[in-house]
Amino acid sequence: MNAPNQSGWKPEMTLAADGMHNGPATTTGNRALMLEEPLLFEIGRADVTGVDLPPVEAAAPTRLAGLARSETIGLVGLTEPETVRHYTRLSRQNYGIDLGFFPLGSCTMKHNPRLNEKVARLPGFADIHPLAPQNAVQGALEVIHQLGQWLCTLTGMPAVAMSPKAGAHGELCGILAIRAAHEARGDAREVVLVPESAHGTNPATAAFANYRVEDIPATPEGRVDVAALKARLGPDVAAVMITNPNTCGLFEKDFREIADAVHAVGGYVYCDGANFNAIVGKVRPGDLGVDAMHINLHKTFSTPHGGGGPGSGPVVLSEALAPYAPLPFVRQDAGGSYYLVEEEDREERGPTFGRMTAFHGQMGMFTRALTYMLSHGADGLKQVAEDAVLNANYILRSMEDILHAPFAASGPCMHEALFGDKDFTEGLTTLDVAKGLIDEGYHPMTVYFPLVVHGAMLVEPTETESKAAIDQFITAFRAVVERALSGDEALKQAPYYAPRRRLDETAAARKPKLAFEG
Amino acid sequence: MRYLPLTDNDRQAMLAKIGAATVDDLFVDVPEVARLDGPIHGLPMHAGEMAVERHMKKLAAKNLVAGEVPFFLGAGAYRHHVPASVDTIIQRGEFLTAYTPYQPEIAQGTLQMLLEFQTQVARLFGCAVANASLYDGSTACWEAVAMATRVTRRKRAVLSGALHPHYAQVVKTMAHFTGDTIADALPAITAEPDLDGLMARIDKETACVVVQYPDILGRISDLAAVAEAAHAKGALLVVVNTEPVALGAIKSPGEMGADIVVGEGQSLGVGLQFGGPYLGLFAVRDPKHVRQMPGRLCGETTDAEGKRGFVLTLSTREQHIRREKATSNICTNSGLCALAFTVHMTLLGERGLRELAAENHRLACLAADRLAKVPGVEVLNTAFFNEFTLMLGGKPAREITRDLADRGVLGGVSLGRLYPGVDALEHALLVAVTETTTEDDIEVLARELEASIKETV
Repeated sequence: MNAPNQSGWKPEMTLAADGMHNGPATTTGNRALMLEEPLLFEIGRADVTGVDLPPVEAAAPTRLAGLARSETIGLVGLTEPETVRHYTRLSRQNYGIDLGFFPLGSCTMKHNPRLNEKVARLPGFADIHPLAPQNAVQGALEVIHQLGQWLCTLTGMPAVAMSPKAGAHGELCGILAIRAAHEARGDAREVVLVPESAHGTNPATAAFANYRVEDIPATPEGRVDVAALKARLGPDVAAVMITNPNTCGLFEKDFREIADAVHAVGGYVYCDGANFNAIVGKVRPGDLGVDAMHINLHKTFSTPHGGGGPGSGPVVLSEALAPYAPLPFVRQDAGGSYYLVEEEDREERGPTFGRMTAFHGQMGMFTRALTYMLSHGADGLKQVAEDAVLNANYILRSMEDILHAPFAASGPCMHEALFGDKDFTEGLTTLDVAKGLIDEGYHPMTVYFPLVVHGAMLVEPTETESKAAIDQFITAFRAVVERALSGDEALKQAPYYAPRRRLDETAAARKPKLAFEG
Repeated sequence: MRYLPLTDNDRQAMLAKIGAATVDDLFVDVPEVARLDGPIHGLPMHAGEMAVERHMKKLAAKNLVAGEVPFFLGAGAYRHHVPASVDTIIQRGEFLTAYTPYQPEIAQGTLQMLLEFQTQVARLFGCAVANASLYDGSTACWEAVAMATRVTRRKRAVLSGALHPHYAQVVKTMAHFTGDTIADALPAITAEPDLDGLMARIDKETACVVVQYPDILGRISDLAAVAEAAHAKGALLVVVNTEPVALGAIKSPGEMGADIVVGEGQSLGVGLQFGGPYLGLFAVRDPKHVRQMPGRLCGETTDAEGKRGFVLTLSTREQHIRREKATSNICTNSGLCALAFTVHMTLLGERGLRELAAENHRLACLAADRLAKVPGVEVLNTAFFNEFTLMLGGKPAREITRDLADRGVLGGVSLGRLYPGVDALEHALLVAVTETTTEDDIEVLARELEASIKETV
């Protein structure tokens, strides 16, 4: 099953390197199924609409306080067939999980089950208002409550805040709870420690909450330098933020020791749960001394990434931080009814740090995630982690003979395998390998992250790939890496076969064109 | 398990390649205390599609569906008709299952859509530049305050009393931790907002004044004077819009001098969804402020062959490049909701949006006139778009909304729910009317409201 394909194609049939001169140019610029599409504002018209509404009656009475809009807005419309075609054509210029392997490290691009989509669209979930009287939305409150309970079960944590809108918002939730807990005991602390391998959101979050951020170095084996961290601990340290499994793809085996040391100086432990997929059902972060951890439902629990969101980032909290959880939250009364605790419930709400968002969180993601949990169950979720880790180790061991794997000797990796550009021919880079993979039909891995490895390539296969698909990827990845090792200059111009060649990002930033002009 | 393609034979072959005897050998770095031997307790075992769907349908059936009853709820989330083709487009796997467009050569679909979205939002708001979305209106509101403090290097924000109270709570929660000062107020129950009072609160320390338009009571008023007053003191005007459909009928915030305009885009394409995911809109009137904006921005450029293409740009503002010096910590935003908004807006176009807005306003005027005739009911607003405030006699409005729900009518949002414990507001009810409201619905609300009020008088 290692053959790149079974279609009869042979390498010697490859097009010329520029890919352009094998047939006559077309009048339209299209190439069969590869279709160019203008901007909406170049094809839409101000007087065209794709909905049927009553025409505006100029003489109709209004109560608009003289603020009726006289100027044109500048919008354009298309009829329904034109709209569907425009966006369908655009969609075909995108890569998605449905199309192929998407090994984007730390992003967990797993299959998005369609039952989740179907369930989220049930009118009983999709067509209910966040401020409806609570007696009219008991099922919705039950979904939030049930999902929260199961997140607590899976993480071994006593409490959960459901309202954060995405991973970074969840980080903010955890860090604000930590700040509130320190404030409550009159303990002003200024510093948050963040390992240098952390996601950029970690230091940005801590800074957003007005903490000073200090880096903690990594050891040569790719883990947090425990000695350096312990040496920095003191009464000014509010928290450490550690990703586990970390962004080098390794389990932080000294996590418990770190947590104990942080607790000993009165600090808290924030765990970035972006990589929870590697350990779901296998390891409970609560057993490791975590005080707060966000869970990206759009990673571990299969809700779609949608080209950049929406996500959802519930945060599990320890006993110490639970009282500071943000409003609102869902509780169940003795009679079995569910209710929201909001600003008014002074006794029940406790010393909450406040409110992070207008309503109750990402309900549409909750229904999808709960559907996914029910589908997999306790046994399936454990298998998810095992297969994700197995796939990543298989890729690591299938590549390490030709591609620098800086932490290959540090033990098995978890859900992702990390490589570096150390042996590439001078002038060829990780970016070139990424673009070469695009020509081979793959979405590239995460590149240049984490920062602790030069020219980093972080490969996360997830559990929803077959062995055949992974073997095919390995074949292609090896071929592209060989080109980088041997100094194949043509790789510098890749991709050749994507809807666009390399785009000039410098020009885009120098003279920003952020809206259609005309 | 239907989502897991590996077979046991595959697993064995892969373990052999790795040189591990069992999969547990791969978890050797996990300390023993944290390892779980069997499946975790407290969750059910795996289940097939049919069983899962049955379970979830039972939960859905416990909710009163907005589309199945006379429905008048708003207060920051509005029920509009979403054309069928919107959902068809957003379910295309190439959009649904794509990631943030970090590899632009194979993400031109998402990127071009984002440039269209940014253009639509900027024009709707009367601004120069909009970003590629934030989480929702309330978080966008805080981001606007935070941006204003960066631009002006001041640390005080003045909030209008008629700003959505949850938005004000979000701002106050964040400001508590950043050390910014927030001057807020309760809404005064008056037919028109007290803009003079608001302007009097702006001082030389003020970074921005935040005004909602239409406001939480549904009122609309010209904000040009507020913009002038803010600018005279060196402050920015932040305008919050929670109902973008309104801007098909009334002047844009940018036209009135707003510096930052933020909004909740849920009305177009996204649906109610019990509060999320929603769509944060964020725009600035003056392009010189672009580098202080939060979130992703899509820009136009060319590829190596000179073809037009699109990329994420100015990312030196962002967390993945600037880390602790970023303008915001936001990473994942609301990409798919932005697509839904853009497809809906494309279907509407200039003409459709104006017609939609006019239809909303026509029905809202009808409803206000009819409800004003109910004994014990007064309409507070002199001006409104599609939402207005009723002052009710008898029981507090919160009890009346629960009573109406029992009668199968979702009759509005009580200010008692939004401002618990504020006696002066407990008899106020917010009523929203959209194109989905029928004249029959209005009649039913009038009748049931009358009955509910009478019961206590």
